[in-house]
Amino acid sequence: MSEKNDDLKKVVNQALAEQKVPHVKLDKMKPSTVDIDKLTKPSKETHQEYWGKGLTFLAIILIILLVVSIIGFVGEHGLATFFSDHVNIIHFLTSTNWDPTQGENHVGALAMIVTSFLVTLISALIAAPFAIAVALFMTEYSSKRSAKFLQSVTELLVGIPSVVYGFLGLTIIVPTIRNVFGGTGFGILAATLVLFVMVLPTITSLTVDALKAVPTELRNSSAALGATRWQTIYHVILRASTSRILTAIIFGMARAFGEALAVQMVIGNAVLMPYNLVSPSATLTSQLTSQMGNTVMGTLPNNALWSLALLLLLMSLLFNFLVHLIGKKGKK
Amino acid sequence: MHKHLLEKLTILFLFIVTFLTGCANNNSSKITIVGSSALQPLAEQAGNDYRLSHSGSNIVVQGGGSGTGLSQIQAGAVQIGSSDVFADTQKGINAHLLKDYLVAVVGVVPIVNKGVGVKNLSIKQLQEIFTGKITNWQQVGGKKGAIIVINRSKGSGTRATFEDLVLRGKQAVKSQEQDSNGTVKKIVNSTPGTISYISFPYATDNNIQKLSIDHVYPTNKNIPDNKWKLWSYEHMYTKGKPNKATASFLKYMLSKKIQTGLIPKTGYLSVNQMHVKRDSHNKVTKLGK
Amino acid sequence: MHAKRNDKIATVFIYIFVAIVICILAGILGEILITGLPHLSWHFLSSSASSFQAGGGVRDQLFNSVYLLILTIAISLPIALGAAIYLSEYAKDNWITNTIRTSIEILSSLPSIVVGLFGYLLFVIQFNLGFSIISGALALTFFNLPILTSNIEQALEGVPQSQREAGQALGLSNWKTIRGIVLPAALPGILTGIVLSAGRVFGEAAALIYTAGQSGSTIDYSNWNAFSPTSFLNVMRPAETLAVHIWKVNTEGIIPDATIVSAATSALLVIVVIIFNFGARALGNMLYRKLTASNTK
Repeated sequence: MSEKNDDLKKVVNQALAEQKVPHVKLDKMKPSTVDIDKLTKPSKETHQEYWGKGLTFLAIILIILLVVSIIGFVGEHGLATFFSDHVNIIHFLTSTNWDPTQGENHVGALAMIVTSFLVTLISALIAAPFAIAVALFMTEYSSKRSAKFLQSVTELLVGIPSVVYGFLGLTIIVPTIRNVFGGTGFGILAATLVLFVMVLPTITSLTVDALKAVPTELRNSSAALGATRWQTIYHVILRASTSRILTAIIFGMARAFGEALAVQMVIGNAVLMPYNLVSPSATLTSQLTSQMGNTVMGTLPNNALWSLALLLLLMSLLFNFLVHLIGKKGKK
Repeated sequence: MHKHLLEKLTILFLFIVTFLTGCANNNSSKITIVGSSALQPLAEQAGNDYRLSHSGSNIVVQGGGSGTGLSQIQAGAVQIGSSDVFADTQKGINAHLLKDYLVAVVGVVPIVNKGVGVKNLSIKQLQEIFTGKITNWQQVGGKKGAIIVINRSKGSGTRATFEDLVLRGKQAVKSQEQDSNGTVKKIVNSTPGTISYISFPYATDNNIQKLSIDHVYPTNKNIPDNKWKLWSYEHMYTKGKPNKATASFLKYMLSKKIQTGLIPKTGYLSVNQMHVKRDSHNKVTKLGK
Repeated sequence: MHAKRNDKIATVFIYIFVAIVICILAGILGEILITGLPHLSWHFLSSSASSFQAGGGVRDQLFNSVYLLILTIAISLPIALGAAIYLSEYAKDNWITNTIRTSIEILSSLPSIVVGLFGYLLFVIQFNLGFSIISGALALTFFNLPILTSNIEQALEGVPQSQREAGQALGLSNWKTIRGIVLPAALPGILTGIVLSAGRVFGEAAALIYTAGQSGSTIDYSNWNAFSPTSFLNVMRPAETLAVHIWKVNTEGIIPDATIVSAATSALLVIVVIIFNFGARALGNMLYRKLTASNTK
């Protein structure tokens, strides 16, 4: 006991010795030794805070500028069709007669609008369950190691150029469809299948992120209540991540919507109203991509293509609102 | 390490930006050629050869399509705009501002899938197929089966040539469209009953059936005297008078070395070999040789 | 018993779905690698491309792809990171923030050709950068920013709130909390974003055709002066990437061995992406361990 006390005394004395305050005469203790400036001025941390906030704000301003400039650019060219070439906007949206080289009465985009919508919706509808299943498998079922492997492989698919997908579609999917359903094999179905593979990685990896973000406590408490794995998944995990999964699907749809090179090869690229899933048709992007280089800037055929691009922007806006609306309802 | 991750990134970013602005303006004698994708392989190879023999020259060859070539040369954004079509046939292009250099001639050949059993068509049959009047291969002496027309993209040089010379003003049937020789070739190869057309330099493999028209075979030999009528010029346009470097390159393109060496090797035809001339309205006149 | 049965059914379904996806993945990768690998040779990797003869390689395209990726990430990552931090930690939850988010999402659905043409008119023509790597990198930045930003934002939002509270409790400023705690914790998610967008950069063709160009110039790999037109480091030279090369060879190339070159290039591209993905993950895990003192992962 006393030994311990001695030790303690030693330590305290040592500390006191180290903390020797130099003697200053009372008279000399002026307030000037206290640096008021330093106390009232912003600290180093505050400066950093300003800097950090400023820099990140700058980045967001840059992105806004970018968005505005692209939208402005597409808008300027796209609206020229209606204002300087005097194409009737209702005609543009409701006619299927697309041949802008023939003049302003042949600028109807309906066939492409319908096809684009169908292709995007169907491929997202097919891809979503697969992607969610794979994501669930990765986060809830499999071991960490195999999940990681699966994730790396899916991410690999993003890096394969669309041209390669197009050719795979051309050599595998199109002939198969031709043999099964007849016709030429080119059409919405072929495009949908190619896009399904292309959007799968995007939706999957974003969904995985969404599922991982669900706190483990939720899983644990559900298990503690005696829920089966599926009950936990269905009632807890999927519910908690609905809005983020929807975002994942939007991004997938966005990719499908904007994809051109691959779709163009397998859809047949004929501006016709699709009357079934295996008849050749064209999407907005496939037309846009295949025609852009062949038209002269500032002429009607060129402006009409920019109108398609503008339409594409507006349509993805619509998609966005729809999905967010669904997301909000789902949360309630 | 963990202190300045973000600062480091920012500094790196600023560094790159200054670096870029620093070296933005050093393209003095650069010649940029933009346009026709059909002419691109030829121009690219010629550009490479030219660079080797003219040190200090800087030639950039890009595709983008004939429309891009013409609009960019008109805007003065590039030094040479290449095109498969005459500038004055394009709306929105003021051909008077542009100077036309004919650098090569290229043939266009109709191709069909090997399974259709047709090797020759008359020009009228060809026209009726592409306008949708003939719809079965049986009608032109082939095996029974629907004809699937694969057209080229509107406004592409090859399509313009084909429509001018075969359809002669009639409207083509609405059909599938593809915009590149390579893709068309692959589709025709793999899809039964298809017909399309491509440029000679691409029609080299045996997976597709080339058609003769009115029993004239599609070879470069038949082009100079217009026996094979489906051909077009490859144009290089400059805006007004070309500058010294550009003029020197154009001279090189038209020199014997390219015209008798590279051009036949790549499957094109030299303009010097032609016995006839064609203007933008497809009027063919004999050259007095 | 109902619940147990449902659980079994669901499990079976999930396994079937996963099996189908694995089959598709294996089929595609197998197809590409099997047709391409036999044609990959040292000669193919070390010689330059040919315009019309057989036997060309992809040396320059390979280098360009990697170089372009590095530049693109160097430009887009700081911006995306900054924007994501602002959106997730600073921005008020009001309609302006929502509008920004929506417009970022919309931007990502723009077809790449529109981005390419925009880049062409703005960078190549307006800024007089010409067909060059830097035009390509800037165009790809446009293309990349939306998905990168929203990926990073989600990664940041995924960091548990307790971590932020801990930072605040230690008396750290917001900025220090972000830099020292939130960012390192979000690193794996940020990495996923980078890997995904790098994949898109590797695979992108349409946006590059009009900006970085579809043919290269003579490149000298011993010239380290980044301002010389022949230097491999020069960002002002036109550059064709692997994906653009595949596109060109298949559509307008007249080389006789186009199918072989295209198959081999595709296989090479897949291999490069594999190497990059694993490299990025390894580096990321190393950083993560260092920054967060965590032993897991």
